[in-house]
Amino acid sequence: MKANVREVQGVSIVDLKGKITIGSGDVQLREIINGLVDKGKKNILINMQEVTTIDSSGIGELVGCYTSVTNKGGKLKLLHLPPKINDVLTVTQLITVFDVYESEPEALATYAA
Amino acid sequence: MSLSSRFENIELAQHLCGKLLEGREVTEETKHWLLMALREALANAIKHGNRQDLSKRIHLEMDVVGPNLQISIRDEGEGFDPAAVDDPLAPENRLKTSGRGIFYMKTFMDDVRFRKLEGGGMEIVLTKNLSSGKEKEGNRT
Repeated sequence: MKANVREVQGVSIVDLKGKITIGSGDVQLREIINGLVDKGKKNILINMQEVTTIDSSGIGELVGCYTSVTNKGGKLKLLHLPPKINDVLTVTQLITVFDVYESEPEALATYAA
Repeated sequence: MSLSSRFENIELAQHLCGKLLEGREVTEETKHWLLMALREALANAIKHGNRQDLSKRIHLEMDVVGPNLQISIRDEGEGFDPAAVDDPLAPENRLKTSGRGIFYMKTFMDDVRFRKLEGGGMEIVLTKNLSSGKEKEGNRT
């Protein structure tokens, strides 16, 4: 998995690319988000557009990141969920946990609200 | 086939399963979800079964029998009680960071069976109806 972090309007946007699976990307995701939390970043938007595969381990890390950020008083939201990943979140009812957006400006606006 | 207890071998097994399905009338949708179930079962066997112990092996068989793909995965671990695994949909479990693998297997396959082996280890048998109804003979990988 590759990741790039950019700061836009006070939001840390994490652009992910590739696989978030056991032994390949799952721990990396946790480290990136924990690193942002440690720096005091509270508004985090994960862009999933170029994520090709996710498994239960990756989903678990995503949930763990959500909890870490929320417990620090922050907001972690998801952007551009590919259909298959949307399905994986839906069957485990996690889609109701995350705020998911199809447009970056729309997502950014919700942090300002 | 016999695989070492490395997560990298999940990709190899998925590749071979894809090869087994080549030329068969399987939708990309069906293929995607059964490969995810295969991934989950192997990850479970490597992580929870063999605990990534490289002295222990994963035994994988994939067969097309009639309309069904059957996948058998055996580990050399201590085994577990699948009934004791928490329901990931229960509100108190929803934000747990683990415990969804078996749920995904059951969701994406038609049948999932667990068997604790007498000599040690656990077997998971996954079955998926490939739906075309044109598969007649088994191919063993």
